[in-house]
Amino acid sequence: MDLELMINSLPKLLNAAVITLKLLSVSLIIGLFIGLFFAILRLNKNIFINRFAYGYSYVFRGTPLLVQIFIIYFGLGQIEYLRSTVLWIILKEPYWCAIIAFALNTGAYTSEILRSAFQTIKPGIIEAGKSLGISNRVIFYKIQIPIAIRQSLPAYGNEIILMMKGTSLASTVTIMDLTGVAKYIISTTFKPIEVFIVAGGIYLFMTFIIHNVIKFLEKKYSFN
Amino acid sequence: MMNIFKKTIFSVLFSLLIIGNVNADKIKIGTEGAYPPWNSKNASGKLIGFEVELAYTLCRYIGQQCEIVEQDWDGMIPALIMRKFDAIMAGMSITAERQKAISFSQGYADEVASLAVMKGSDLEGMNTPEGINLTLGGSGVKKTLKTLTGALAGKTVCTQTATIHQNFLESGDVGKINLRTYKTQDEVNLDLASGRCDVALAAAVAFTDYAEKSGKPVVLVGPTFSGGAFGNGVGVGIRKDDTELLKAFNKAIEKARKNGDISRIATKWFGFDASM
Repeated sequence: MDLELMINSLPKLLNAAVITLKLLSVSLIIGLFIGLFFAILRLNKNIFINRFAYGYSYVFRGTPLLVQIFIIYFGLGQIEYLRSTVLWIILKEPYWCAIIAFALNTGAYTSEILRSAFQTIKPGIIEAGKSLGISNRVIFYKIQIPIAIRQSLPAYGNEIILMMKGTSLASTVTIMDLTGVAKYIISTTFKPIEVFIVAGGIYLFMTFIIHNVIKFLEKKYSFN
Repeated sequence: MMNIFKKTIFSVLFSLLIIGNVNADKIKIGTEGAYPPWNSKNASGKLIGFEVELAYTLCRYIGQQCEIVEQDWDGMIPALIMRKFDAIMAGMSITAERQKAISFSQGYADEVASLAVMKGSDLEGMNTPEGINLTLGGSGVKKTLKTLTGALAGKTVCTQTATIHQNFLESGDVGKINLRTYKTQDEVNLDLASGRCDVALAAAVAFTDYAEKSGKPVVLVGPTFSGGAFGNGVGVGIRKDDTELLKAFNKAIEKARKNGDISRIATKWFGFDASM
């Protein structure tokens, strides 16, 4: 064990963890909107809209995240036509390709989490709102969405942690995130165990924080 | 109870010992299988290339059976140290940095590095000498590096991770550039072709091989590089405590060179004699 290397690599890895957190937070925010949008589509009675939303979540939950990143980064990069369009400004950058892949992936899972949360809302609660003369819109925004979010907190917390670990795949498209920098240090020191232990410890610490924040929110918004 | 426990542990350890020794007399050689024409895989997944053929030839001279093992480039040296195999033959140049971790046999081939761009790039027609040797130095080298520094400023330069090429680009010899590193040379080629990279650095043969196979208009620009960060040729990487194997490989390389095997195999795969 090379303790000196572990201590020396810590600041570099912590700096890289900031990139990891950036990737995570940006894709989670975009993914939450995508998820909410598709969850609402899933509740639609129109069979085409419903099937479309189902198809999206089916495809993105049914394929590995690594494959999705590769298709978006290397795959789309091969299409010559695309390179002459405005889209290329975004797709040219590895950072945005990773964000797009992560957001679409977490969006698919989030839509399923939110859909099931909407469906567990007891009809009595909505009926109570209606009997008080509250409009459907207000019932949806002020009653259904808050209850659904509370209902989905434990599952969504899990999704955040899974996504946080998923961001390590960004290193495969040249992004120097926590895993990317860890690999870089290993490539010059040839000592994988020490560096990966430190990197793993940082991931574990981030999980610890996310886990506790979610636990706090669950308690704060509990029904009892 | 304790007795059963002890017996179980003992038998498990014993069987591991036996399994571990089955292949003991075979020399395991690690290669990447993704750096044509040095080493790569054919359509059916079989390892082929200059080093695969040379490895079997060297093993014949050593008089032992060989097994070639595939290993990702960025974990090559750690895998050798952890005894996943006994020798590296993966287009690995002999550099001082690597020699801190492992030993190298004498060089068996010369790797010439070069920059490459897509046809039509503004880097084409750079005014530089044909090749520079960083170890020799001198005013010519300094002038060339200055030209390169100016030409590469603000450009995205791509290369494979943990290579001599990355070391050179990070050495500051060509100033501050926007460096991007990839896990494999294939990915570097893909992003050079897609336009995400303005320019790439690798073994010259890696680019010519890609241009030939893909039909993409990849062209070499600037000087060829050798010496300094580019090391002293490509050799067999061996664990530091494995002095017997190192001697055996050195002898085998000597014999193979004398008999013309290395130049023959090199000419077959590179199209020119890259042996040394």
